[in-house]
Amino acid sequence: MKKLSARRRHPLAALVVLLFALATTGGLYTALAPAGEAKAEASDSSLAIEEGKKLYAVGCSSCHGLGGQGGSDGPSLVGVGAAAVDFQVATGRMPMAAEGPQAPKKPKDYSPEETAQLAAYIATFGPGPAIPESSAYNPADGDSAKGGELFRTNCAQCHNFTGQGGALTHGKYAPNLKDVEPRHIYEAMLTGPQAMPSFPDSVLPPDQKRDIIAWLDAVNTSESPNEGGFTLGGFGPVSEGLYAWTFGIGVLVAAAVWIAAHTAKARKS
Amino acid sequence: MSTATDAPKSAPRRGGKAPAGERVADWADGRVGVYSLAKANMRKIFPDHWSFLLGEICLYAFVIIILTGVYLTLFFVPSMAEVEYEGSYIPMQGVLMSEAYASTLDISFDVRGGLLMREIHHWAALIFVVAIFFHMMRVFFTGAFRKPREINWLFGFLLLLLAMGTGLTGYSLPDDLLSGTGVRFMEGAILAVPVVGTWLQMFLFGGEFPGYDIIPRFFVVHVLLLPGLMVGLIVAHLILIVFHKHTHFAGPGRTNSNVVGMPLFPVYAAKAGGFFFLVFGLIAMIAATTSINPVWVLGPYRPDQVSTNAQPDWYMGFSEGLVRLMPAWEIVLFDSYTLNLGLLTPLVVLPLMLGALALYPFFESWVTKDQREHHIAERPRNAPTRTAFGVAWLSWYFIALVAGGNDLWAINFGLSINSITYFGRVAFFVVPVVVFIIVRRICLGLQRRDREKVLHGRETGIIKRLPHGEFVEVHEPLSQEKLYALTAHDQQRPAELPAATDANGVTRKVGVVEKVRVRISRSYFGDSGQVTKPTAEEYREITSGEGHHH
Repeated sequence: MKKLSARRRHPLAALVVLLFALATTGGLYTALAPAGEAKAEASDSSLAIEEGKKLYAVGCSSCHGLGGQGGSDGPSLVGVGAAAVDFQVATGRMPMAAEGPQAPKKPKDYSPEETAQLAAYIATFGPGPAIPESSAYNPADGDSAKGGELFRTNCAQCHNFTGQGGALTHGKYAPNLKDVEPRHIYEAMLTGPQAMPSFPDSVLPPDQKRDIIAWLDAVNTSESPNEGGFTLGGFGPVSEGLYAWTFGIGVLVAAAVWIAAHTAKARKS
Repeated sequence: MSTATDAPKSAPRRGGKAPAGERVADWADGRVGVYSLAKANMRKIFPDHWSFLLGEICLYAFVIIILTGVYLTLFFVPSMAEVEYEGSYIPMQGVLMSEAYASTLDISFDVRGGLLMREIHHWAALIFVVAIFFHMMRVFFTGAFRKPREINWLFGFLLLLLAMGTGLTGYSLPDDLLSGTGVRFMEGAILAVPVVGTWLQMFLFGGEFPGYDIIPRFFVVHVLLLPGLMVGLIVAHLILIVFHKHTHFAGPGRTNSNVVGMPLFPVYAAKAGGFFFLVFGLIAMIAATTSINPVWVLGPYRPDQVSTNAQPDWYMGFSEGLVRLMPAWEIVLFDSYTLNLGLLTPLVVLPLMLGALALYPFFESWVTKDQREHHIAERPRNAPTRTAFGVAWLSWYFIALVAGGNDLWAINFGLSINSITYFGRVAFFVVPVVVFIIVRRICLGLQRRDREKVLHGRETGIIKRLPHGEFVEVHEPLSQEKLYALTAHDQQRPAELPAATDANGVTRKVGVVEKVRVRISRSYFGDSGQVTKPTAEEYREITSGEGHHH
């Protein structure tokens, strides 16, 4: 310390102190890098909103209005939240190809990045449900038996026992839920798209939503086992009756014709 | 029987003893008289035609249903007591349900062969009623319900009703959400009965819906009462078939007073036995490959739950359709008594629809006043008005049936359920009339074609040029067999009103009913109702000039 103290009046002392101070500040700055990252993310997000705004102006605003206030051709998007946008756009329902009783599911028009940008922009119109975390809708974590009971109580009236879909009034319908991504089922329950009522977390808690997704995963996907054989669409007695009236009686009548045509004496007319 | 037993005994034999089979037969004859039974019945003749086997499909389906049903009763628990499911189907584990539903899940997943038996039982039931329809159509459209077979027509009709009832009660037994909705529907219809509705409902369900009684009661009705009645009626139906003998289509040597075909033993026994196994095999194949009523995904019945696509099995579908077509009208009498027309009207229309089917033979015999026996199966075209009535009835029935599935047509064909219902309401009244007119005209057209073929022969498609340049198509005269088949039917003359005055000039009184009958008879058998079949004279006149006509 004596050496250091002896040279405190050295002409270069100020320079050394300055360098030391700069190094400390720089080191501290480096140590506080997360703060800097957060700042960068915020600017990414504002970039997404910016991009989303452009996409919105081109693809959505003609019906929903430039500010998302809605109009004669489309409802207001204030407060629908990112979850609603993700559901509608990622399943291809929006933008609609044509006016109709209901927007059908179709190949999607936007890439996942563009969908996220749209969702980010529309979420700024007002507070609404966010896109759920993947842990919220993982069917393996749900209880399919409980989900089945919840589904029969809340969903089967329109979607049928196993979510095969059903007709509503004037050409509207509850779609078939076969192979729908769990995220979209979750978002649909959360936001209530089109004719569907919404089931916010205050009505149907997140774990119950996951149970419902587990039920659908057990009974209505391409991988679900069909213990009985071909399901004939899973529509129940109508398709079964149709099958009995066509194939069922058909093969039996064919057998009858064959039996009647083969008799003891070969007698051909 | 002495003649049967004596003959073989006279033949010399090793050891002087008759073969074992013969000794057994002798033993049986001594006790129950098998020889006379065999003599009377083994040579029973059955005519060969595929459409005569439709009734056999019904019989065999019934046997299959009984066989598989017995197996199911071994494991089914007809109880509405609540249990928690602990079987092997994971998506139902821990769910509270009735013992009936739980045991159905056990049959489906934990009983060896249970699911296959359930599916054979259910598919055979659906096909049974379809086959009854086909069988009835065959009998109806060939006029095989005419004297002496009217009673057997009624037996068959009762069997249809019983099959529907057995199906309805059996379909409700698993106590799943789908069938429970059907029982709720039925309860609603019972409540809509004026005056006694509520009483009937309490009586049937042993209290408020659903209670604990309906499944055990349906079980008894399904496995004992209705099948017992059906077995009795089927036996009576078959005895009458043996007694009346089978009808056959007209042909050379096949007349109203004989039956041409193969004897029961050995030919028909082999054919019918083989056909049984074919029917069993085909139904088992359908059941093994195609799912029916997968109750495990439907969930147990709870009155607070309901699903869309809730339809009954097809044979009750027309009742569902009638209710879906009927506007939800209500009348409140004296400010306190509600008449639920939305359900009451279908409840009245349903027996009328079925009754029309049952009573048609009696209507026709009243119109024709025909007292003769008929053993020749008529060709449908030769009875245009009857055929038209039959097809019109079917169209009526099918509109109600299709309306019962209006939601499925809507979603699968991208239609509006409202439009389908409005269409059905109009079609229910209009389509049968249009179908009647069209079918009658088609029959008349076919009769004209037959007449043409008899008189001018079959068009060969060979074009010939005559020396003077004219082109003619060569017609080939029909064989004698064909000619006979096309002209064997007899044609009734329309009824006529008696002369307005009798021999003494006194005005004759003719009742309104008789006037109506004469009018209907005219539309059946008048010039607009049938094409006069060619007579032998006409045929000779034309064929004698062969070569001059074309």
